[in-house]
Amino acid sequence: MTTTAGPPGAQPPAVPEAQRTAAPQGEPAGGRVRRLLRAVPPIWLVLAAVIFLIAWRNPTFVEPAPFLAFLRRCAPLAVLAAGQVFVIIAGEFDLSVGALVTAVVVVAARLSDGDAAHTWWLIPLLLAAGALVGLVNGLVTTRLRVPSFIATLGMLLVLGGAVFLWSGGAPRGSLADNFRQFGRFGVELPGLGQLPYAVLILLAVGVALWLLLSHSRFGHQVYAAGGNPRAAALSGVDVRRVRTAAFVISGLSAVVAGILLGGFTGVTAEAGAGYEFQAIAAVVLGGAVLGGGRGSVGASVAGALTLQSVFTLLNLLGLAKSLRDAVQGLIIIGAAAYAAHRLRRSG
Amino acid sequence: MIADTMPGRLRPLGLGRDSGTASSAPVWLVFGGVFAVAWLLVELNGGQFMTVDNLQNMAVRSVALGLVAVGQTIVLIGGSLDLSVAYLVSVTAVGASFVMQGDPDRMVLGVVVTLAIGALIGLVNGLVITGLRVNAFIATLGTSLVMSGVLNALFTNFTGSVPRQFQALGYNALGPVPVAVILLLAVVALAWYVLRHTRFGYHLYAVGGNAEVARLSGVRTDRTVVLAHVLCSLTAVLTGLFLVSRLRSGAPWVGPDGGYDLESIAAAVVGGTALAGGRGAVAGTLAGVLILAVIDQVFNEFEVNAFLKTLIRGVIIVGAVALYALRRRDEGSF
Repeated sequence: MTTTAGPPGAQPPAVPEAQRTAAPQGEPAGGRVRRLLRAVPPIWLVLAAVIFLIAWRNPTFVEPAPFLAFLRRCAPLAVLAAGQVFVIIAGEFDLSVGALVTAVVVVAARLSDGDAAHTWWLIPLLLAAGALVGLVNGLVTTRLRVPSFIATLGMLLVLGGAVFLWSGGAPRGSLADNFRQFGRFGVELPGLGQLPYAVLILLAVGVALWLLLSHSRFGHQVYAAGGNPRAAALSGVDVRRVRTAAFVISGLSAVVAGILLGGFTGVTAEAGAGYEFQAIAAVVLGGAVLGGGRGSVGASVAGALTLQSVFTLLNLLGLAKSLRDAVQGLIIIGAAAYAAHRLRRSG
Repeated sequence: MIADTMPGRLRPLGLGRDSGTASSAPVWLVFGGVFAVAWLLVELNGGQFMTVDNLQNMAVRSVALGLVAVGQTIVLIGGSLDLSVAYLVSVTAVGASFVMQGDPDRMVLGVVVTLAIGALIGLVNGLVITGLRVNAFIATLGTSLVMSGVLNALFTNFTGSVPRQFQALGYNALGPVPVAVILLLAVVALAWYVLRHTRFGYHLYAVGGNAEVARLSGVRTDRTVVLAHVLCSLTAVLTGLFLVSRLRSGAPWVGPDGGYDLESIAAAVVGGTALAGGRGAVAGTLAGVLILAVIDQVFNEFEVNAFLKTLIRGVIIVGAVALYALRRRDEGSF
């Protein structure tokens, strides 16, 4: 949690107050290393450990090409998590992102029907639709005062019903190659192989959202709205507008994730199934606390990468696919318990 | 930090005022209205609504969701929630048919084993939430994933079967009233009694309304939440037993396919239970379940497309909750 704890001041200190004062004067070198390690959100250390284990079993994994392929596989979930964390920090939930991902894939396939000429208006249209879904989620939550759990659950049902009602029960059409390229192909780099577009998009989205959350006034307001809504409102933050904006960001990120996933896996009716829970799990792995006020974009992306790398590791160890779910369950409980423990210790 | 004083749940801005004993009468009025409109629509369409068959059909369809929704109501009142009920339904269905193996002598064993599993899962949920201070959403999502993983690793299809005698639960009737409906009514009555006339019930409303205040007034909040989760899991087991008595054999997907996790929360909330805790009643939940069942029946009568059904269901759930929020604001409780 350390550097990710919000609401941050103007510049978050490298080491939080409580631990700085707790560290004894003139400590040995070991203590300094430990302090440095504490300054890093723990999820990055976990991620490094898991990747180390994978590389130990399968050394080729950390070579550029397989590793970039791994990152490409992670990109949709990481983008989703980077959007979801805004909603979580603002103190809400977004359960509709999985259905939105599916909707993006199915709608894009039906509208374009494999015609490359349609791609360039299709993507802005999908982004606008995603923003609209987020806006509706936000307005229903903040204006109609429906708890976001129910509001976005309703959106999940409405999106799932509407999309398949429109497409006649099963996905139709196909995605054009220039639409699929974002999730599938990349830029050829001499000596490194292919640098997937998905990785570049993840990087761009991640940096943009990180700047927005950690280095903008809006970002501070998101932390304030989730950490203590009443105090935020009293100090002039329009809590309802900030929360609505958080839902719009989550909707937009779900569209980007849907475009990447559609390119990667193709058109299926289950494209986004389960992604809402995985995204929330990734955000929680990154140290965010359900209830609001804490979390960060970087740690959430790391949470998504960790989740995927754990799947890769379990695969490598020959564990049945179904048992992966069980391990995932234990991991998110463990991560949340650890975050709660740290939170209590730091007061 | 909200998360410190309100462990295990979210507390939306402005919600959570205690008026836990509010009457469920409005929900029953809505049910009456929905029922009347449904009756009218079906009769105008040339169909017959008030037939014994139809009513039995609706009632039996309400049982599976109704049983687990009662349990969900209990945890919601306590300010928690349980996403693991869907897979517990599956575990129960598969476990019961696996243990019974069609042998009438093993019926009691099957019921006892599944109830014990349910109590254990509820205990784990409750302890993870109260002991490790994990948000209920994450905790029960986690146990749900663990159950799904283990269940899918051990069983891939319909497994074993329940004896014909056990299917009486799903198919027999006492006069015009199906046995399963009697079971549901008994569970509702029991839950009503526990919530309104026992110390645990009062404590539960207090914990859900404001955990910190409850703790400071001497309520053992953790113990209360754990017990609520055990009761909720037991109702999920009952749903699983009912389903397997209808299906004759359990499969790992019966719970998640029925959507019992989110649907039971939706039914409770449509019945007037606050997601934020401290407010709700099982009578309202029963009305919520029946409202959903009547609407389903009308959809079937008009052969409405399954996807349109899903869509309308979503709108109804959100609409109902928005109406309650509006009403509370008009009462000036904000």
